[in-house]
Amino acid sequence: MQEKKRYHSVRLDKDRCKGCTNCLTHCPTAAIRVRGGRAHILDNLCIDCGECIRICDYHAKVAFTDVMANIKAYKYSIALPAPSLYGQFRGLTRPEYVLEALKRVGFDDVFEVARGADIVTRAIREQLREPNQPRPMISSACPTVVRLIQVRFPELIDHIVNIRQPMEVAASVARAEFCKKHQCAPSDVGCFFITPCPAKMTAIRTPIGQKKSELDGAISMMELYGLLLPHINEMLDDPDYVPSTGYGVAWATANGEANAVCPDNSLSVDGISNVIRVLEEVENDKLSDLIYLEGNACMGGCVGGPLTFENSYVAKNSIRKMVRHMPPDHPDKAVPISMLNKYPTKNDLPIEPNTAEKLDDNLVEAMRKMKRMNEIIARLPGYDCGSCGSPTCAAFAEDIVRGYCTEMDCVHLLREKLKVMAEEMVELAQSKRE
Amino acid sequence: MMEELFRMTYPVASADYVNAGKVSTDIKRRLKQLGVGGDVLRRVAVASYEVELNLVIHSLGGELCLTVFSDAVQLVSADVGPGIPDLDMAMREGYSTANEEARSLGFGAGMGLPNMKRNADEFDIKSELGTGTTITMRFNLPS
Repeated sequence: MQEKKRYHSVRLDKDRCKGCTNCLTHCPTAAIRVRGGRAHILDNLCIDCGECIRICDYHAKVAFTDVMANIKAYKYSIALPAPSLYGQFRGLTRPEYVLEALKRVGFDDVFEVARGADIVTRAIREQLREPNQPRPMISSACPTVVRLIQVRFPELIDHIVNIRQPMEVAASVARAEFCKKHQCAPSDVGCFFITPCPAKMTAIRTPIGQKKSELDGAISMMELYGLLLPHINEMLDDPDYVPSTGYGVAWATANGEANAVCPDNSLSVDGISNVIRVLEEVENDKLSDLIYLEGNACMGGCVGGPLTFENSYVAKNSIRKMVRHMPPDHPDKAVPISMLNKYPTKNDLPIEPNTAEKLDDNLVEAMRKMKRMNEIIARLPGYDCGSCGSPTCAAFAEDIVRGYCTEMDCVHLLREKLKVMAEEMVELAQSKRE
Repeated sequence: MMEELFRMTYPVASADYVNAGKVSTDIKRRLKQLGVGGDVLRRVAVASYEVELNLVIHSLGGELCLTVFSDAVQLVSADVGPGIPDLDMAMREGYSTANEEARSLGFGAGMGLPNMKRNADEFDIKSELGTGTTITMRFNLPS
């Protein structure tokens, strides 16, 4: 069942990889194997969560993102910062300082993704008003969570809100407004998302629910931090600046979206293994009284992304303080309903399941494979050590059945076999003497 | 029913709240790997969770047996006691005999058996006081 190769921002730097078991055993979708002394990412299972980037001691796991030089490919460039960027600078009181700094490092204009979040808040609230919706509805904001659902919980795809991510909506508005103001063609403008994570980069290159992303690329916060730091002292000088609401900025932290969209009956979950656990409960119909579920692959929300600079707890606190000093208007008041009609806010493609975990397209064949898997697992030691290059003994059994390796790849089974062979040699030698 | 193609049996211990839910999670995982999805998976998910929790909360211990046929999924729960005194009452929505510990953990809404019956295509329950209870559920697979 080989699918065509999928794009992933998360990549391996082969020269740095030691072939150890760290990333192998920490991948939430068991998408890594170590073969031939180095890690391999199974591109049909990888959900770009970046856990392997976090755990790798040798910095061999990297996120491929655009570099600043790429903005020169366009006549004009617009920076679209995720609100988590505002939490990267200690002591920052207002977003406007970061927005001005972005212009000073080379962008022609800047448009806050927090404003996109405000529009999306309004759009989701409109959709939640519709009757007969699955309960709970699940946020589409974290691409890793959406991909996790495609791979592991495809039956919950119809729970995902049919609304685009804030960065996409922000880019639609940013490009249209810029082109109108400067009388230029849409293709003259490069819209670049300033990203806290690789998942958003992957979502731009291979969007889910959209034919094509409204964005042209993503630049990581890690790359920009050093460039921006010397410029965070000047206020934004733009008479046309329209601020977002505090609710929009709060999307940067866990519970920010849930609080904006559905404060009375929502749940926010952060950390990929916690999200998996909660989705199991949704699947068992145990959370059917809940209206909205916000899932974040990263602890703390986007401020905890693998490409952020600042400690996620400090950043979360900075955002919280910043939001407290912003006007209290809710997006229902701040965003006119006409915005939802003027710019695309809904997905234009359905979200498809990812069948990579299926053993076979044919049920009978799949059952035969599973039976073989169980027989093999009974012979394995159950240490889940990773020495064979598969994350667990169960995954190893599956890999054998899929034809990727053999039982003797297990170091422990090999040792047992060698012991038996050695004993046979001794017996043979002794019998020869007699 | 057609030829049995795959079977797994899982023991479930009485009052084992720490592990409660792990069996139904594994059942779901395996069914997905086999390609069973959609509406059938959702119904098996709900029913297997309910029957597993019933074994933990109410029984003296037992086992869950998953059998996959080419045209159906079968789930059988068999325990060693105590047995259900009033089956009619037990099948009523809202009626629960869950103890303090179970209720303090949020269980005991009285929806378990009715939920199972509603989600299965075929549902059968037999119980004898002092001996135990056996529940058999069948979920038809689309052709």
